Amino acid sequence: MADTRTTGIPSKVTQGSKTKGGIGESTLRPDGTLKVTGEFAYSSDMWHEDMLWGQILRSTVAHAEIVSIDTSEALAQPGVYAVMTYDDLPTAVKNYGLEIQDTPVLAHGRVRHHGEPVAIVAADHPETARRAAAKIKVEYRELPVITDEASATAPDAILIHDNRDDHHIGHVPHPNIVHRQPIIRGNADEAAKKADFVVKGEYTFGMQDQAFLGPESGLAVPGEDGGVDLYIATQWLHSDLRQIAPVLGLPEDKVRMTLSGVGGAFGGREDLSMQIHACLLALRTGKPVKIVYNRFESFFGHVHRHPAKLYYEHGATKDGKLTHMKCRIVLDGGAYASASPAVVGNASSLSVGPYVIDDVDIEAIALYTNNPPCGAMRGFGAVQACFAYEAQMDKLADAVGMDRVEFRQLNAMEQGTIMPTGQPVDSPAPVAELLRRIKAMPLPPERQWESSEGADVRQLPGGLSNTTHGEGVVRGIGYAVGIKNVGFSEGFDDYSTAKVRMEVVGGEPVATVHTAMAEVGQGGVTVHAQIARTELGVTQVTIQPADTQVGSAGSTSASRQTYVTGGAVKNSCELVREKVLELGRRKFGTYHPAWATAELLLEGGKVVTDGGEVLADLADVLEGEAVEVEAEWRHRPTEAFDLRTGQGFGHVQYSFAAHRAVVEVDTELGLVKVVELACAQDVGKALNPLSVVGQIQGGTTQGLGVAVMEEIIVDPKTAKVRNPSFTDYLIPTILDTPTIPVDVLELADDHAPYGLRGIGEAPTLSSTPAVLAAIRNATGLELNRTPVRPEHLTGTA
Amino acid sequence: MRVNFTVNGRPQEADDVWEGESLLYVLRERLGLPGSKNACEQGECGSCTVRLDGVPVCSCLVAAGQVEGREVVTVEGLADFAKQRAEHGGCATGACGSAEKAGTSLDAAKQWAAKGHDSQTGEGVELSPIQEAFIDAGAVQCGFCTPGLLVAADEMLERNPNPSDADIREALSGNLCRCTGYEKIMDAVRLAAARQSAPEGV
Amino acid sequence: MDFLRPASWEEALAAKAEHPTAVPIAGGTDVMVEINFDHRRPEYLLDLNRIGELSEWEVGEESVRLGASVPYTQIMENLRGELPGLALASHTVASPQIRNRGGVGGNLGTASPAGDAHPALLAAGAEVEVESVRGSRLIPIDEFYTGVKRNALAADELIRAVHVKKADGPQQYSKVGTRNAMVIAVCAFGLALHPRTRTVRTGIGSAAPTPVRAKTAEDFLNAALEEGGFWDNGKIITPSVAKQFADLCSAACNPIDDVRGTASYRRHAVGIMARRTLTWTWESYRGTAAATEGVA
Repeated sequence: MADTRTTGIPSKVTQGSKTKGGIGESTLRPDGTLKVTGEFAYSSDMWHEDMLWGQILRSTVAHAEIVSIDTSEALAQPGVYAVMTYDDLPTAVKNYGLEIQDTPVLAHGRVRHHGEPVAIVAADHPETARRAAAKIKVEYRELPVITDEASATAPDAILIHDNRDDHHIGHVPHPNIVHRQPIIRGNADEAAKKADFVVKGEYTFGMQDQAFLGPESGLAVPGEDGGVDLYIATQWLHSDLRQIAPVLGLPEDKVRMTLSGVGGAFGGREDLSMQIHACLLALRTGKPVKIVYNRFESFFGHVHRHPAKLYYEHGATKDGKLTHMKCRIVLDGGAYASASPAVVGNASSLSVGPYVIDDVDIEAIALYTNNPPCGAMRGFGAVQACFAYEAQMDKLADAVGMDRVEFRQLNAMEQGTIMPTGQPVDSPAPVAELLRRIKAMPLPPERQWESSEGADVRQLPGGLSNTTHGEGVVRGIGYAVGIKNVGFSEGFDDYSTAKVRMEVVGGEPVATVHTAMAEVGQGGVTVHAQIARTELGVTQVTIQPADTQVGSAGSTSASRQTYVTGGAVKNSCELVREKVLELGRRKFGTYHPAWATAELLLEGGKVVTDGGEVLADLADVLEGEAVEVEAEWRHRPTEAFDLRTGQGFGHVQYSFAAHRAVVEVDTELGLVKVVELACAQDVGKALNPLSVVGQIQGGTTQGLGVAVMEEIIVDPKTAKVRNPSFTDYLIPTILDTPTIPVDVLELADDHAPYGLRGIGEAPTLSSTPAVLAAIRNATGLELNRTPVRPEHLTGTA
Repeated sequence: MRVNFTVNGRPQEADDVWEGESLLYVLRERLGLPGSKNACEQGECGSCTVRLDGVPVCSCLVAAGQVEGREVVTVEGLADFAKQRAEHGGCATGACGSAEKAGTSLDAAKQWAAKGHDSQTGEGVELSPIQEAFIDAGAVQCGFCTPGLLVAADEMLERNPNPSDADIREALSGNLCRCTGYEKIMDAVRLAAARQSAPEGV
Repeated sequence: MDFLRPASWEEALAAKAEHPTAVPIAGGTDVMVEINFDHRRPEYLLDLNRIGELSEWEVGEESVRLGASVPYTQIMENLRGELPGLALASHTVASPQIRNRGGVGGNLGTASPAGDAHPALLAAGAEVEVESVRGSRLIPIDEFYTGVKRNALAADELIRAVHVKKADGPQQYSKVGTRNAMVIAVCAFGLALHPRTRTVRTGIGSAAPTPVRAKTAEDFLNAALEEGGFWDNGKIITPSVAKQFADLCSAACNPIDDVRGTASYRRHAVGIMARRTLTWTWESYRGTAAATEGVA
């Protein structure tokens, strides 16, 4: 029995809070015990009798024609079962991609970035597979590399993709530009005349890696029916499926996908990695094939956050009111499109930040280059913009002579503000309040590193490396605030599906929730159980493993899963509840008039009236009859941005966070210790307060990372990645991460289920500019790039 | 080659081991113990931390042949290991440190105790105190770093039952976590320490 | 690949003589990374873990004979008094897990300019005890490093121990990395005061093709201290002397630009570390250090 209901209007019936473990409680993760005992099965833990190991041969150069590939010696190795190249692909579909199918499954005639897959091998041991891959002879004829805007848009530039036929080619000024989105509102040139102060800045944002800990991996098992079962870590099973099946030449129902344990994602698993390769090798050899990237390969195996150049101009009156803003954001999308078009949409539409500016002139573009492909990462286009506009806000406040927080509060957007896209903000936007809250938090004590035994180096810049005992150390404080959209925007049909079943098991009413939502650590499974308890009044909820046997849940990204799949679970629960009540009326309606007249609720395992009178045990109602509903659910529709003006109701919801960073900088050595990173965020409704705080602290720390250490370094001469390892791509350790006090505000968004607001990304935005502002405050330096390195703080770059 | 060693108290034998294989690979792929995680395989993340003759090490950097005749404890054996330690007077290895530094107050630790367990967590499974604390404090998100952190944190609490925050940070500085921002991990270790020093557990 | 498991030092020497290409593996913290990442496929791995004596140390009259495989954790915990510079350096090595496995023998064998132990060994004064079936010899630390990741070992030799002079005065060690823990040195600096000989020795890491001493800086400082009677009068070293010492330490660097830092930064940072470590050790020597000495 499948129902569809596609309304975004929440149900009028409010299920009470009498059922233990419902929404608003900090219930614990249902997968917690498995995860602490080591039994939780991640995609790299899969094992199958008789399985083979897959290995990918990747290009050693960034841009080249492939003259020849010789696999004969590799194939001759004992223990090798298959070697495949482009020529072995089984169908006419040889590319994949999220929006634009421009990414070759295996390189054909040309490689466009360092580390592009060229050939794949299956063998009986990973070492055998590696040795065989090393024996594949690939002859390259190197081409000049395109690495920045100038080289990409030069009149004689080599086109990264010939003969583009995607739907952006018609409106981009050059074929090496993936997508361009201008936003024009008011008249920025006219408004600029009212400005008493104009501040211009040029900013650089480095390439950040998601650096999830669980490497890309999975197991493909060939089926007897000619199909394949794929156990995989991903953010969106159905999106993978749509890209995999055509390449294999299989109908979608013969590619059965099951979500394995996912060791973090942060956007890096939105694109395919080894999925198709494992399936190809499994179907070719007739044996299960496991592929596990090591860390080195992982840096080549997924897209990164777009590095960006941002050019900003703001004006303000002497009273501190913003007059206008002009900006140009150039994102480097690398060799393949991935999510670049949507990142451009976000960067442009959120480039103003959470401020009121009526007159704007905005342009964002993403380039095709020979740099590593870039796509989704937590914050998705809004992160780069926030870094730049928040630096601008500090400069403007200083120019006007106002306190930096007050200046922001004076210009802060609020509910009713019109975005540069013409879309009104139609739910609470407590920007000024969030700033007030972080400013009001107590500051950590000065010289916090002093102990009774002297300076504790663990609490000083440099940490255990013993570089200072207080010498050269200066404290700085910085503030920042940001705005992030929630959910997929620009007219995307952003739905989710939930199957909910209610039945009696062992005399107890039990709800079962089945979705295809990718649990990547965020705690969606915890929240789904809470929603089912609240809506169905049961304590026992079983969460089914996510797979493609149920409809799409959409992506675990864009801070959307609690909103959209949470919304779908709530919706399906409501439909189940109606059916349960129908069943109750049929069975017991004659025994009590309230069955027909009262508003009925399911609470504490019983059917009760809204006055609290118990009508029946759920176990009795459900005795002998299970109730099941699978339904899709959608949030309010959005629309595309106009390609010339950028006008359009493109976003469904916004999310706001503010940070205050306190840092201590060794000004002589250029080393930084972040002492505290306080965050205030509006979450609408905290369905699970413990998880909410965990998300905020995690997002905050990723923002800290790109402020002071995280950057994939690409050699501009060769477009080769120079630091693909955890030795040289550094992410914060526990000694780099400060205390992160969190102040959670809950102002309901009436359009969203339970009033909730997507929360995962906003804290990643403002964390970085807050840390940079604090370092500027300590050093007096301008610092227009992130991450900031010791060289930048010591004049030795 | 063949390697014989003890894992979680049980003798194990691995056959046809390639000489370049790590202890981590043998545990995960040959002995069916995938709890130790393969996040970086270069000793930079701590996800594969196990105890080798009692000492926390990165199992990705121990050659399989080097563990011949030695004892390994992995996350899968942590609960048993902690239980035996508790039965032997609070110290399985005899290497416990003294308890002088200030730790987290018990009151601070108790704030989680009242919440109890979700109906789907932990029923019928015996956990070590540090495992319990990681669940209770919300220190687990994706969970990939968790096994290594648990082994490292458990060993630290064995040596230093009342660690200061700086002690905890130093002891866990070899374990990367990408999800939590470490705050809940700090909470979990403080909680385990406080419960450990409470008369009858909290 | 073959895995050789000698049960004794003599067996190890015999194996190394028979297979000079064999790669010794003790803590594994360098070798296994290279194997896991497919950077190296030695014909033979020579496991030294079963040779217990390599994990032992003896404190003698003049020096400590430190077995090649004594883990850094043991050095930190047990040899802080005798080898304070090396103990501080040990504390900066990677992570607790790595410090539990890695030892000075590995640092010396790899001879990477970024090895954390080198500047401390150079500053303290040390000799490397190496041996082959042909016999044993002591290589002065100043002659040990011969090039980028090259050392004075012959193909059939193994590192048995390092003899480090016991501290007769304060020693310090600093290392710059772009993270507050678990980081490879961008550059590092070790300094040891030797009041008995009235000399100062230094060591610089990651700022030249090999670990080096800043000998001109040492000579300058030794002369300045002697001339001013500082060793006897215990006066504060004048800022101009400290500055010139720091500048000469910077000048002793011959660094490169790489992914971890610029040459210019390395020179700069070595100068800062030289000045600070000189201040810390000298203050300690003067006996007034209680308030400025680092802990942890």
